[in-house]
Amino acid sequence: MKKKTMPTLRDFVEGIGKASTIIRCDCRDMIAFTGDLTLTLLFICRHPGKIRWRETLYYMDLCGSQALPIVLMICYLMGLILGFQAAVQMQKFGTEIFVADLVGFSILKELGPLMVAMIATGRAGSAFAAEIGTMKVNEEIDALSTMGLSPMRFLVVPKMLAMLVTMPVLTVFGDVAGLLGGMTVGVTMLDLPMVVYYNRTIEVLSPTVFNLGLVKSVVFAFLIAAIGCMRGFQSENDAQGVGRATTSAVVTSIFWVVVADAILTMLFSVLGF
Amino acid sequence: MSVQQTDKKIVEVTNLTVGYGKNVVLRDINFSVNTGEIFVILGGSGCGKSTLLKHLIGLYQPFVGDVLIFGENIVTAGETQKSLLMRRFGVTYQSGALFGSLTLAENVALPLEEYTRKSPAEIDTIVREKLRLVDLSGFEDYLPAEISGGMKKRAGLARAMALDPTLLFFDEPSAGLDPITSAELDRLILRLRRELDTTIVIVTHELDSVFTVSDRVIMLDDDTKGIIAEGTPEALRKHSANPWVREFLNRSNMKRKQA
Repeated sequence: MKKKTMPTLRDFVEGIGKASTIIRCDCRDMIAFTGDLTLTLLFICRHPGKIRWRETLYYMDLCGSQALPIVLMICYLMGLILGFQAAVQMQKFGTEIFVADLVGFSILKELGPLMVAMIATGRAGSAFAAEIGTMKVNEEIDALSTMGLSPMRFLVVPKMLAMLVTMPVLTVFGDVAGLLGGMTVGVTMLDLPMVVYYNRTIEVLSPTVFNLGLVKSVVFAFLIAAIGCMRGFQSENDAQGVGRATTSAVVTSIFWVVVADAILTMLFSVLGF
Repeated sequence: MSVQQTDKKIVEVTNLTVGYGKNVVLRDINFSVNTGEIFVILGGSGCGKSTLLKHLIGLYQPFVGDVLIFGENIVTAGETQKSLLMRRFGVTYQSGALFGSLTLAENVALPLEEYTRKSPAEIDTIVREKLRLVDLSGFEDYLPAEISGGMKKRAGLARAMALDPTLLFFDEPSAGLDPITSAELDRLILRLRRELDTTIVIVTHELDSVFTVSDRVIMLDDDTKGIIAEGTPEALRKHSANPWVREFLNRSNMKRKQA
């Protein structure tokens, strides 16, 4: 058998070079897309009559109401799991009531917005990329352009608006479901009276905590919609290209959502929230 | 052949070089389309016909050269100017490129809703009229996925005509259609010119339609990356200096004889 040659230093440097070029192009595309999107959003703010309301409502239904059952389910289970893990530890110290604190803070500040974002990435972000990618293959994007209509305004703005509206709403529902999950553990496993758990939750959580979660969810919504659409526009003109664009939309969204989460969490703590 | 041909140039292409990335597909292309003419861009598969069309309609930026449409340069035009210019001509795409989420009527109504101040009732009248023109009356409320390929192309044509453009571009109108449907589409193209005086630019490799509809053709060639012949199809078939052009155009006769 032929001995496998060791990668040389040259290969290594070449690899880094290639990867850097790809990252550079990707960043450039992202900045260009963000700029274009910002201009279109500003235009829309000045001419709200130009918003395609019917499409916007359609996407609100798709990303919002249709996602509600799964959001409730996942967030409830997250609350349950979190409550259970906390309960096991807290019981050792006899401080069961702190389960309410832990579940409350984790769900409202982190897991509520994050879980909703993950579900939205899987449902909406991938759908956006696939839809726009397929439209590109079918020359529908070209057709829009030659009709003098901006693909950005027609395809991205309705999706973006729908996401910006529905994600915070879904997060509220997710938060409530998560807290109920924690309460289920508190009431069944720890034998805490429901009203005690409830009072403790209300006592420790402040409107600020709730609002920080909502701010996060708005940022996530923007990222997921923008990345989904951008990957759709970047899709190559074949079926496999659309598949790759969809995968890439999901991976990139998850990455940026987590990065944004980290940045926001640090920012909030620096600002003293 | 044509009734009201004038020599006024509606499309003018000068020194156009196009390609993707670093690959040049076509080099130094020069031609013009006269008002009222049916002009065909002909060539073998993969010679850059569709690429040329997409540069003509301003979708892609050429390496060098100018494309003047209605006397305005679409290559150097800014975004707004380009979008205004694009509204003045219609384009029909290979697969129709209808918006899948809208019915046929909504597809045709889209440019009307965006660019005119007509009432919904007026728009509805125009939409029905355009769909009747392409023999799709009664299919107003169908979704693109529910109709055949040929119907999609005709619906795409109805949409391209919504704003009554004086210039229409066709990308492979007969590709993927059976000979009868394809012949119907050719008749429709001729009728459009007769009734509406539309100037029509067609990209195709279907010889049957070339001989039926075209006033003038240019032939693109893969090897030279340029135009190898220009003239009326009959003249080129009989008298072209280039044997490959004669052979290409005579192919349709061979097919008929064999049949």
